[in-house]
Amino acid sequence: MPQPVRPVRREQQAPAANPPAAPLPETAHVRTDNFSVYYHDHPAVNRVTLTIPAGKVTAIIGPSGCGKSTLLRAINRMNDFVPGARAEGQLWYCGQDVYGPNCDPVELRRRIGMVFQKPNPFPKSIFRNVAWAPKINGYRGDLEELVERSLRQAALWDEVKDKLDRSALALSGGQQQRLCIARAIAMQPDVLLMDEPCSALDPIATAHIEDLIDQLKTQYTVVLVTHNMQQAGRVSDRTAFMYLGELVEVDATDIIFTRPNNPRTQDYITGRFG
Amino acid sequence: MNLASRKLINRVFTSVGVLSILLMAATLVVIMGPIVERGLGAFIFRGTVEHRRVLLQQFGRGDREALEAESREVAAARRPVYDLLEAFEAQLTQGPAELRRQYRQPLNELKQHLQGLLGPFPGKPEPVLLRDRYGETRWDQARARCDHIVYAEHYDYSDPSRMGLLVRTPRAEQFAGTVLEPLFTYVPAHLEEMLRPRWTCYARFLTDVSYDSHFFGGIGPELLGTFYLTIGAILFAVPLGVVSAIYLTEYARPGSRVVALLRTCISTLAGVPSIVFGLFGLAFFINTLRVSPSKSVLAGSLTLGLLILPLVIRAAEEAIRSVPETYKLAALSLGATRWRTMVTVLLPAALPGILTGIVISMGRAAGETAPIIFTAAVSVGQPLALWQTFTEPTPALPWNIFNLCSEHQAVDEIRHVQYGMVFTLVLLVLLLNSTAIFLRARISRKLRG
Repeated sequence: MPQPVRPVRREQQAPAANPPAAPLPETAHVRTDNFSVYYHDHPAVNRVTLTIPAGKVTAIIGPSGCGKSTLLRAINRMNDFVPGARAEGQLWYCGQDVYGPNCDPVELRRRIGMVFQKPNPFPKSIFRNVAWAPKINGYRGDLEELVERSLRQAALWDEVKDKLDRSALALSGGQQQRLCIARAIAMQPDVLLMDEPCSALDPIATAHIEDLIDQLKTQYTVVLVTHNMQQAGRVSDRTAFMYLGELVEVDATDIIFTRPNNPRTQDYITGRFG
Repeated sequence: MNLASRKLINRVFTSVGVLSILLMAATLVVIMGPIVERGLGAFIFRGTVEHRRVLLQQFGRGDREALEAESREVAAARRPVYDLLEAFEAQLTQGPAELRRQYRQPLNELKQHLQGLLGPFPGKPEPVLLRDRYGETRWDQARARCDHIVYAEHYDYSDPSRMGLLVRTPRAEQFAGTVLEPLFTYVPAHLEEMLRPRWTCYARFLTDVSYDSHFFGGIGPELLGTFYLTIGAILFAVPLGVVSAIYLTEYARPGSRVVALLRTCISTLAGVPSIVFGLFGLAFFINTLRVSPSKSVLAGSLTLGLLILPLVIRAAEEAIRSVPETYKLAALSLGATRWRTMVTVLLPAALPGILTGIVISMGRAAGETAPIIFTAAVSVGQPLALWQTFTEPTPALPWNIFNLCSEHQAVDEIRHVQYGMVFTLVLLVLLLNSTAIFLRARISRKLRG
């Protein structure tokens, strides 16, 4: 039996009682080392070396097709389901080689939650959407309490508390996306991967989600892929700029947006291409 | 292309579509109309006193005293007929031998028809065959029989270059000048008093057993047999089919040659004529595997299950495939195994489609004749208990429809049973299909919220 990934869990407590990961600010939660992802023979992610610190929001920006979503999906091995995809190099999560022989991808995905570009709640009731992951993972606590806590964290509780048994598909797009976040949170992961979570939403719903990300980073390590540079500037602590599958530059967000080292970053964020 | 011609093409297309739909609807009405009209005749008809007698004596239903009172009145109305016959026979025995020879054959024919109409003559020993113990149970048939009494029919083959011509001559002419002559006006005039037709709703037609190969009674064993065979087929085909569909959609490596070959096989299986399935069932399930000593519901169910297996696989595959990929990704990203994803997300979302496929294949299984000819069906039989289905054959609607119209010795007299069977079978399939539509709508609505 391969040893499953078992990172040290922070206790689930009220956010206020849990200071935003202050004791270990720069602990590398996810780290890649010369990491590449190929689709057949084409490298979509090319020799990327990147450190994603715990308890921070890391944004990955770049033009379409630069490999940022592929890199994100590589972290929880969702690329396994893409025919012809193959990874090279190392990707570490909590000191465990994600692509090594001892890694159980199912266990890994329980630790690393994911929110997709388009809201994709299950065609089930709101309650059962949130309770789904804890249930299949044998959660033995108070399920209703967990659902309420997750929905509160996702800033959705007040809107849905009276209709938990209604189908999730009846919610608006923004609500659905927050429900998906609640669903991912309910699994009590360490890392939240967000793949352009606002690209299918209107500005008001986007603002909601951005506020939410701001609150979530007190408890989770967030990796955010976005098209929208303003969004990256607003919500992230660190920003990585990718171009043509390569990591061009990664640094604190204000540095990237004010005085980037690399001229290509400069060109991209000032809108000269992209 | 300019706007005008585009519009024209559009209009032509629309009208062709509407036309074809109308044509289809009309066809349906043309087909269903007679089926319903004649089929209902098995349930609602003018039943004669003989029908009530059969019900009381064979099925133990009905009011004995009322029937006895009715029988007395009926007997009084019939008395003149028997008196006339007796008088005529007396005339014959006293008359010359030539007279006897002349009338022997026409008289026998007449007596046969009278017996068919009114039942056995009073004072004669009870006939061996059940069908001879009762007169006409249905008014429409009584009228036809009456016609046979009034008119003698024979075929005229005198012109060898043409087909035989049906010639109808009034029997009154045959018996002209004898004491029997008034009979031919008395019978049609007093037919109602002799048989007392009454509008009857014979709903138990669906559940009653039949006596004397469908002369009397209903189609209970056939309906039950069809039910057993269909459920049995579903029990075999659905688990196998759904599991195969899951394998083909989720586990098989996409694009692999084995899978492509499997798919071709399934398509081929769906195209195999059903009679071949029937022969295969006989050869494989009965002769080789020996699932039962002879024909049985079990062997028939297995054969039918094999027949609908490709349908079920196809329906389930399509249904699973049409579940949005995002559900699957969401489930997997939440740390679900493939199997969990399948069972808790994909299958529930695919359920409407799968159910529809199942119910439609049920309709198919219920209506198939050829596969059960060699494996399960017999023309008459008692309703089976559940445990008997493993060893015993059963009558079933599709097979008995065929049997009644092709092999029964008195097709004309039990036509209404055949119509009733067709009507019931069509209704059954219709019911199954509308259940499918209903289920689908309901589950989809529930999922949409």
